Amino acid sequence: MMKVAVALISGALFGAGLALSGMADPMRVRAFLDLLGPWDPTLAFVMGGAMIPMAIAWVIQKRLERPLAETAFNLPETRSLDGKLALGAVLFGIGWGLGGLCPGPAIASLALKPIHAAPFVLAMLAGMALNLFVPSGTGGTSQQTKWRGSHRPPASDTQRG
Amino acid sequence: MTPAFPHAQPVEGLIGGLIIGIAAAIMLLGLGRIAGVSGLAARATGLSDSGAPRSIAIAFIIGLPVGALVISLLTGGVPARFPSTGLLLIAGVIVGFGTRLGSGCTSGHGVCGVSRLSPRSLLATALFMASGFATVAVLRLTGAL
Repeated sequence: MMKVAVALISGALFGAGLALSGMADPMRVRAFLDLLGPWDPTLAFVMGGAMIPMAIAWVIQKRLERPLAETAFNLPETRSLDGKLALGAVLFGIGWGLGGLCPGPAIASLALKPIHAAPFVLAMLAGMALNLFVPSGTGGTSQQTKWRGSHRPPASDTQRG
Repeated sequence: MTPAFPHAQPVEGLIGGLIIGIAAAIMLLGLGRIAGVSGLAARATGLSDSGAPRSIAIAFIIGLPVGALVISLLTGGVPARFPSTGLLLIAGVIVGFGTRLGSGCTSGHGVCGVSRLSPRSLLATALFMASGFATVAVLRLTGAL
């Protein structure tokens, strides 16, 4: 129950930050990507702002035996680069540029403009489902370079984004 | 705000960004996990069987619109201008497929991974930024914008 409450608070703060920063507005996000048009640098300030608490959090994380409300850290340990990572990121960028939406703002804006956000979110889930048909196991998980650190758990190739 | 970029909101962006970073830090230090929206969304909807416990994923994903709604109510409305539904559907499929193939999106790779200096996240973020810039440049050059 405690864990679910922490996750809900984290999600709500994340959504609040997206709404406050203007990132729930797809046209503002696309304006950041529009170097040949009326460029809007706001997204860079958002990313820069988010780096500050997270950079501190990673320093604290290294000193903790375990998370405050969980028994162990479950963090991505893979460090090797592979084609799936690169192709996936390039495709994501294309979709991001076309719509001005990435997963967080899309889901957050379900509360702002549900009629517009819902088609995107449903299409995104369909795209995620399509990915289930991609064969797994070829993408650099056999020859991994691991994170080194005293309190890191064994390898887990978990999703980040 | 600034003369060169009349539509920019650097102060709102920085404050919102700090809140996003705090949210991700709570996920990391509280639950020991990456606040990656694409992975948590897949987990919450049953499209992934690895990662965070389902209840954690669902709670985080429900939190996103709740937080946006609170800000909208407090500030008298949050602007959200969307492109056409046809474009949204195409973009949505590509974003969903790409984020799963690439193991992350702006939150997991961009915020959490880059601040950890993860080589995979640094590469992914550079690539999705570059392809985002290129895609909008193509839209601009073809007269679609």
